[in-house]
Amino acid sequence: MKQVDICIIGAGPVGLFAVFEAGLLKMRCHLIDALPQVGGQLSEIYPQKPIYDIPGSPGILAQDHISNLLKQIEPFSPTYSLGERVETVEKQADESFTLTTNQGTQVNAKVIVIAGGLGSFEPRKPAIENLDVFENGKGVIYMVKDPELFRDKNIVLAGGGDSALDWTIHLSKIAKSLTLVHRNETFRGAPDSAEQVFQLANDGKINLILKSNITRISGNGQLNEVVIADHNKDETAHAADYLIPLFGLSPKLGPIADWGLNVDRNAIQVDTFDYSTNVPGIFAVGDINTYPGKLKLILCGFHEAALMAQSAFKYVYPEQKLSFKYTTVNGVNSF
Amino acid sequence: MVNITVEDRNGTQQQLEIPTDMGLNLMEFLKASEYDIMATCGGMAMCATCHIEVLEGLDKLGERIDQEYDMLDTLPDADDNSRLACQLQLKDEMDGMVIKIRGEY
Repeated sequence: MKQVDICIIGAGPVGLFAVFEAGLLKMRCHLIDALPQVGGQLSEIYPQKPIYDIPGSPGILAQDHISNLLKQIEPFSPTYSLGERVETVEKQADESFTLTTNQGTQVNAKVIVIAGGLGSFEPRKPAIENLDVFENGKGVIYMVKDPELFRDKNIVLAGGGDSALDWTIHLSKIAKSLTLVHRNETFRGAPDSAEQVFQLANDGKINLILKSNITRISGNGQLNEVVIADHNKDETAHAADYLIPLFGLSPKLGPIADWGLNVDRNAIQVDTFDYSTNVPGIFAVGDINTYPGKLKLILCGFHEAALMAQSAFKYVYPEQKLSFKYTTVNGVNSF
Repeated sequence: MVNITVEDRNGTQQQLEIPTDMGLNLMEFLKASEYDIMATCGGMAMCATCHIEVLEGLDKLGERIDQEYDMLDTLPDADDNSRLACQLQLKDEMDGMVIKIRGEY
């Protein structure tokens, strides 16, 4: 099990900056994020958008801001578990916490800092009855991790965004059959990819079904059929070993809601003295917290992280006195 | 001022008087009125969580830009009456519209 002073849930800008503030006080951090990369919303949703209200940066691209933060926290050697979601938090006899992720990773920490933004990004699910029956290895897959799984299989892909187009192109090379179902008759994103998909359909390499929706799925334990309805509600059945619905990601609070924290409208209530939650040793900073006057701004999250670190110090070094020092006096001492 | 009827997730309809001189878009107004709407990306047409269905008055609205179409394409439950509220700048022509909040929450 990994041992750290602070386990930070969420590797967006505020989670990353929390590493810096903790590092100045000699506290080592581990970050866990459900997304496969750091940066949170900035990297996932708007990497190429300029941000104008970061103090000292008249205008900076979201992804560049994340790169700068990574450089800023480098001296404190944070560690990461990416693409994992924290499922459970257990208090230990010594007052520390053990966190367990959906991949089975375990981290022991004296302090937990939840910097989870709007929650963990999870795949959007279409409204199809029985969809959940075929999840978890029974044929319905929301994220393609290992393309080899689909070699020589009958695949139905649903969606019209960039990732639906990209995976159609990629998987058409190895699948036994591939059917792409899209609600509209055109694809608005990535014109190059859309053109390739139409070409694949013209060449008979894929089955492209437009202006249609999936209405039913069935199988005996394992998925074997997907029923697709066109705009006239005429249905056709298609053999399918796998159904891959690709409708983007949407943030969900997820298991955090079950950890005994006071939650109000999908946000964690905190004390503005140090952004502590109602559970001693657990703090919440950034977009995921709420308090009177809360503003969801990156710069506010940075401030919250700085104050949080002062209180977290008391959990990590209960015997020591904390003396506040400016970075201009001592610089940044790596560890 | 315009009057727009908003249907919430429970199916309750309410007519709201909305100012058009404050530079707000419909998402911002709905959020300020404490409707359950996430608007994750804050109005950049990049998350589709402010998805609404226009029940009446679709013709009063301007064309969708590519980015809005692109995001609506990612939703499993969007149709021809779907819009992103963040892309609808409040203006006088919208008077009498009826909309329903759809985006996930």
